[in-house]
Amino acid sequence: MRKKKNALIISFSTTTAAMHMEKCAALHRLPGRLIPLPREISAGCGLAWKAEPEARKMLLQMMQDEKIEYEAEQIVLC
Amino acid sequence: MIYFDNAATSLHKPETVIKAVTEAMTSLGNASRGAHSAALGSNRMVYETRELLAELFHIDDPSRIAFTMNATESLNIAIAGIFRPEDHVITTVLEHNSVLRPLYRMEESGTEVSFLQADKKGNISYEELENAIRPNTRAVICTHASNLTGNVLDLEKIGEICEKHRLLFLVDASQTAGIIPIDVRKMKISVLCFTGHKGLLGPQGTGGIYVAPEINIRPLIVGGSGVQSYLKTQPDEMPARLEAGTLNAHGIAGLHAALSYIIEKGVEQIYQEEHEKTDYFYRMIRNIPDIHIYGDPEAELHAPIIALNIGDYDSAQVADELMEAYGIAIRAGAHCAPLMHQALGTQKQGAVRFSFSQFNTREELDAGIQALRELADENP
Repeated sequence: MRKKKNALIISFSTTTAAMHMEKCAALHRLPGRLIPLPREISAGCGLAWKAEPEARKMLLQMMQDEKIEYEAEQIVLC
Repeated sequence: MIYFDNAATSLHKPETVIKAVTEAMTSLGNASRGAHSAALGSNRMVYETRELLAELFHIDDPSRIAFTMNATESLNIAIAGIFRPEDHVITTVLEHNSVLRPLYRMEESGTEVSFLQADKKGNISYEELENAIRPNTRAVICTHASNLTGNVLDLEKIGEICEKHRLLFLVDASQTAGIIPIDVRKMKISVLCFTGHKGLLGPQGTGGIYVAPEINIRPLIVGGSGVQSYLKTQPDEMPARLEAGTLNAHGIAGLHAALSYIIEKGVEQIYQEEHEKTDYFYRMIRNIPDIHIYGDPEAELHAPIIALNIGDYDSAQVADELMEAYGIAIRAGAHCAPLMHQALGTQKQGAVRFSFSQFNTREELDAGIQALRELADENP
């Protein structure tokens, strides 16, 4: 298994919101990818956005601009 | 075979639709079930298809669109999930059984239903609609176009009446999606039910329902959603709320390709082409002795359908003759539209329905016209 390290995890209540996130992140050339939701996080949708913690501000700003609804965001060792 | 039965299903699909289904069947996993590349691939395709539908119907939020098997399923979801025993609902005699039968079932539990009648040309009166509104009227539910006559209802006008009286507005777009422009904002539509395999040119087994943001429909079926697995109830959020079970992603991939084709070509252009063909056919047959045409084909807006009878011939016999002697496929009989046939007085004879597509050629139309001339000549 890979060694765990801190990552920004953004969770969503719907799959549609997660797919919207993926599309917008690509459009804005922002880092990250969809992963299966880590068990430490409780959320509605089984998908989460994982990115380097340093990208947090840019990603959250973009999500606000694009009106992407998310459930929670946190830094997790995963 | 010359195919004039596009109101039942479109037979000629863009080649890209067939390719998309084949590719999907060899590459896509289960959308919303997992995060591996096959599942995400399916998810992306499904999400993009929602976006294309949103673009086509002028819907702000693609997540308000749920996929279903067909318009009938969408209409059952809407009717069973919105109406209550204490409600009064207004509909029309133009409706297909996919609206009527779910409504009749609601009547058994107390819901009251009023039917707007049609005149000789098969048109409703919008004044009568307003007069039918009662204190407990909850909604108007109607087709955008009759599947028998092709007559189009003025959705903008009905939407205005619904807004004025604070009624929900449910629309069956089976005969018009992809053929006549639909704008849910302008038409003030609360719920839009559509199928993917007719004017939208997608595979059978695809369809959908748009639900306006302020409406929460009780799900008709519940089950796996891939999300919120520990909830005992179906998730509240759209589209998962109305999408229990694995989606028909292979079919939806075909619908994706079909929508791309339609959006690129433009619904206005498609309507123009189909209207020209329908109008040509109508003008060439209207003066043939013994041919009786139903509906209002000379209206400004008309779906690409011409319904007719030849003298007293049984419509089924005409259909059989057209197929056997001329290789022409049309639809005879009752067309799942019993009240429209009653209004036209054609319950016994049925009607011969020609329905056209953008892909029909002038030669095909001429062959249909010539066949009708010959059959009418044979009529004693």
